[in-house]
Amino acid sequence: MKALVDIWHRVRRSRSVLVSGGVLAGIVLVALVGPLVSPHDYLQTNFDALLQRPTASGFHLFGTDDLGRDLFVRSMLGVRITILVAVVASIVSLVIGVAYGAIAGYVGGRVDAVMMRFVDTLYALPFIFFVILLMVAFERNFLLIFVAIGAINWLDMARIVRGQTLSLREREFVDAARMTGVSTRDIIRRHIAPNLIGVVIVYVTLTIPQAILVESFLSFLGLGIQEPQTSLGALVHAGVNQMEGASWMLLIPAALLASILLCFNFLGDAMRDVFDSRSSR
Amino acid sequence: MSLLEVQELTIRYDDTAVVRGLSFAVEKGESVGLVGESGSGKSQTALAILGLLPGNAEIGGSIRLEGGELLGVSEHILNAVRAQRAAIVFQDPMQALNPFLRIGEQLRRILVQHRLADGKEAQARVIDMLKRVGLPDPERQYRAYPHQLSGGMRQRAMIASALIAEPALLIADEPTTALDVTVQAQILELLEEIRADTALLLITHDLGVVAGHCERMLVLEQGELVEQGATRDVFARPRHAHTARLLAAAPRLDTINIPLPSTGEELLQIEAASVSYRETGRGRLQAVRDVDLTIQTGETVAVVGESGSGKSSLVRAVLGLIPMQSGRVVFCGTALHGSVQDRPTEVRRGMQLVFQDPVGSLNPQMRVANIVAEPLLVHKPELSAVNRQKEVAVMLESTGLGEEYLQRYPHELSGGQAQRVAIARALILKPKVLVCDEAVAALDGTVREQILALLREVQVDSGLAIVFITHDLSVVRAVSHRVLVMYMGALVELAGNAALFGRPRHPYTRALLEAVPIADPEHAGGKATLAGEVPSALTPPSGCMFHPRCKYARDICKSEVPRQRTLDGTTVACHLADEI
Amino acid sequence: MLRYALLRLLGAIPTLFLVIVLAFLMVHAAPGGPFDDERVLPAEIEENIAAAYHLDEPLHKQFIRYLSGLVHGDLGPSYRYRDHTVGELIGTAFPVSLKLGAMAMLLALVVGVAAGSFAALRRNTLLDRSVMAVAMTGISIPIFVIAPLLVLLLAVRLQWLPAGWSGNVGATKFVLPVIALALPQIAYIARLTRASMIDVLASDFVRTARAQGLGTTAVVRYHALKPALLPVLSYMGPAAAAILTGSVVVEEIFGIPGLGQFFVRGALNRDYTLVLGIVVFYAALVVLLNLVVDILYGVIDPRIRQR
Repeated sequence: MKALVDIWHRVRRSRSVLVSGGVLAGIVLVALVGPLVSPHDYLQTNFDALLQRPTASGFHLFGTDDLGRDLFVRSMLGVRITILVAVVASIVSLVIGVAYGAIAGYVGGRVDAVMMRFVDTLYALPFIFFVILLMVAFERNFLLIFVAIGAINWLDMARIVRGQTLSLREREFVDAARMTGVSTRDIIRRHIAPNLIGVVIVYVTLTIPQAILVESFLSFLGLGIQEPQTSLGALVHAGVNQMEGASWMLLIPAALLASILLCFNFLGDAMRDVFDSRSSR
Repeated sequence: MSLLEVQELTIRYDDTAVVRGLSFAVEKGESVGLVGESGSGKSQTALAILGLLPGNAEIGGSIRLEGGELLGVSEHILNAVRAQRAAIVFQDPMQALNPFLRIGEQLRRILVQHRLADGKEAQARVIDMLKRVGLPDPERQYRAYPHQLSGGMRQRAMIASALIAEPALLIADEPTTALDVTVQAQILELLEEIRADTALLLITHDLGVVAGHCERMLVLEQGELVEQGATRDVFARPRHAHTARLLAAAPRLDTINIPLPSTGEELLQIEAASVSYRETGRGRLQAVRDVDLTIQTGETVAVVGESGSGKSSLVRAVLGLIPMQSGRVVFCGTALHGSVQDRPTEVRRGMQLVFQDPVGSLNPQMRVANIVAEPLLVHKPELSAVNRQKEVAVMLESTGLGEEYLQRYPHELSGGQAQRVAIARALILKPKVLVCDEAVAALDGTVREQILALLREVQVDSGLAIVFITHDLSVVRAVSHRVLVMYMGALVELAGNAALFGRPRHPYTRALLEAVPIADPEHAGGKATLAGEVPSALTPPSGCMFHPRCKYARDICKSEVPRQRTLDGTTVACHLADEI
Repeated sequence: MLRYALLRLLGAIPTLFLVIVLAFLMVHAAPGGPFDDERVLPAEIEENIAAAYHLDEPLHKQFIRYLSGLVHGDLGPSYRYRDHTVGELIGTAFPVSLKLGAMAMLLALVVGVAAGSFAALRRNTLLDRSVMAVAMTGISIPIFVIAPLLVLLLAVRLQWLPAGWSGNVGATKFVLPVIALALPQIAYIARLTRASMIDVLASDFVRTARAQGLGTTAVVRYHALKPALLPVLSYMGPAAAAILTGSVVVEEIFGIPGLGQFFVRGALNRDYTLVLGIVVFYAALVVLLNLVVDILYGVIDPRIRQR
């Protein structure tokens, strides 16, 4: 708990965290509320309003697509899906990565060597091709996207948590606790876990944009989210096909995607700075 | 004109001044010691002379070398001064040499950079320099990478790199702090004999080093010069209170004021303890070999040895923190097995440990009150929260920390305060044996004295037995009743304090004692009577493992492992113990 | 040194095997066959097709067949391009992708390392901040956004460069695809180089070199560059994987007949053997590259070589 409060107090003082976090919160809020107050529906096609430029009249703030669907509502839907997929995938990678890394680090020795050799092996693979293979074989299953992306990103988390656990285990305060007879469970609970929280939070923040990249990449290729559902990657793909006549169809989802990624990367970088200055203190 | 004139030097970071109005001079060819505790600004001064301070440092005043101003001049001018007029040797040669370049390449680059020599001539000069600093087989070391050299050899290479361009001033910033005492003596002797008419500015926290190697000395306290003068005069008649404090806390081997323990009850018996580690791909490393030791209530036993002597491994195995390969440990009549977590509660309560790094041994996420209370949670779960806090407060009070420290986090404590917290945590269970693993090595002299006094007080009050692991013989002299000297994992000598310091039986003990720098210019010590360095434990020498470095060694020493013998109450493992 | 290289080589073999097993299982564990979505065929013909592609054998036999084919360089027939083997398809398409990828990698290395080093040397100046801001944007904009934006701006609006591949001759058709492919890597390598260069410049041995009177150029050239480039070197494996991934998008957008395009087509058409073949081929490529990187690492770092 102390670790969380501590991080919050330090993070709060960092301007980049506040700005990027604020922008992100704003985008998510609009994505959640926007479609509710808009008069349009994401499915509703309108052949009288194909490829309309962004305009306030008729409430097509972002214009319409080649089927006359409202691009604002669809973009916000895309934001929702993109962030949802990324967050869930990050949680998947968090759970696998932390468990795997903590076990390897705390047990140490040969178990650690074998477990990390496995991670190294997987690390050397061009994973996204396997994900595509998986998507091909399993019919673009929505759930599979979460699992597949999580399965890629846990490697980093496992490495970091393992390294941190290993160095914590070697720290003298753990030996001091062992000397006074604290049980292994309590050592992990009181001495290891609280010192891991910081690094885990930071790396989850850095994992989210990676997950967004993978998801939007798959959707862009038509291997991710399927119509009529949509994500930012799928919207960019639709935009590319229309870019010579209707550039807003490309520019709007592209800008949204880029700003979300930029915010997460900024947030992660700033959090890492906060964390690094902590550890070097 | 002095060689180096520093006037009103001030160094600030943000709003904190680390050096304030410092003025001093160094004459041609003389050796000057710059002394102070950590944070006194002595290293900052050294870096300032060579223009190596980081960009955010604000520097004021004047630094003149051979009449030329060095502050505020261009990097171009500084580069011509560096190495050629003034050079520096840093503390840790492993960090200070480039691990990716061969030693010879790093030295040759200096000659080429300053256009002093080129091609074959440069190579020849480097090899000659390496030879002069005592590197065996200099042609081979020319092609070696830093990690292939031992610590002492690396520092020799570093010295060679500092002197190769024949500077007029050599600054040595804690040049031997990272080295063992016998190697330290060698390096300091080398510096003395090789520098010829190069002036030496020796920066150190160790007054013993100054006493033996400097003609004059300067004393810094928190960035201010509090005293300067000829070394003999300052030692004999310190005028400033801070100097007097430093001198009082300085290492000496002649002070002895330890009351003997009243009882002689056997508390802990260690029999034939051995510890080994598996080194991946390189075989087994025998860290401890068949060591016997008995510890009685109320006494302090020091375990001494250079790095790699196995002193920490021995004690950690006895405590159950690392596995013991073979041997027997009996504590209060109970034979102990396995790891500390498998031992009975009373046994765990009975033995506690204090570590070297005071901040590292405290969990950064916990408050002082909770750190000290944790052992109570395990051993006195019946205690109410209020009573527990009371007990913690009383314990902290007795280590000299008031209630205002209860709610602090470790990073809000100084080194000495953190070590008091660690001691409070260890003592709150009222153990019978307290192991201090280099517990004062990271502390400044004055703080070290306070912590040692605290431990002595506890011992007199409670009959606690203390095992003191240290590489510092002056600490041993000051606190221990008996001393165990280890070399490459084996016992070489076990003796009473007076016997060991008065009549050391083992040649290794002797060399160790002679190598200790003494804070007394009249009998300075610090003699390098021991050549070479500790061999690799993976390939230990045959017979007596000390024989390759022993000046008395005979044929029998090369072939036969010496048995332990007892002479006048001293246990010693040497074939020649009664002859020398 | 030779021992070290041989050990690394041996270590790569299980990785390759794992790749093949994983990829093979994924494809064959899929529900439904490759020809399911074609018009309904008589049972007899379907069986014939299955027999022709050995789909009627038990899984482990199919795997052994595939593996022995692999050893002889045979990746089997394509399900869709009936007249070609997978090996032939890779043989025609890969050279194009290789040319593109190699150029992008080279560009990324040169520009990324230069930008990162300058930023580190001019730390906290305007130059540093601008390089880092651009790099941050670079890693945050996905390649499938950058590529169409470049086309929209430079090809469609300004008409400086050709947007497509076919019909264009000469080097100009390479410019946009290579830039699109290299941009994210430039950004990443610049950040990596800057961070590691700052670390190295703060190290004790650089301070020693400065104390020896070596100027900034000499310090960087003789002391700092090699250690600062080690993280970039170990990033070469992941960078290759990222460029392969990016080439899939870039080839699609620019209509380049490279392996990436075959891969996407194969994936969308469920051409299992082709997709499997390309995955195995790409994985082998990346594993091989990682092997080269590992060995190079040993060449540069004397401490590793000794082990």
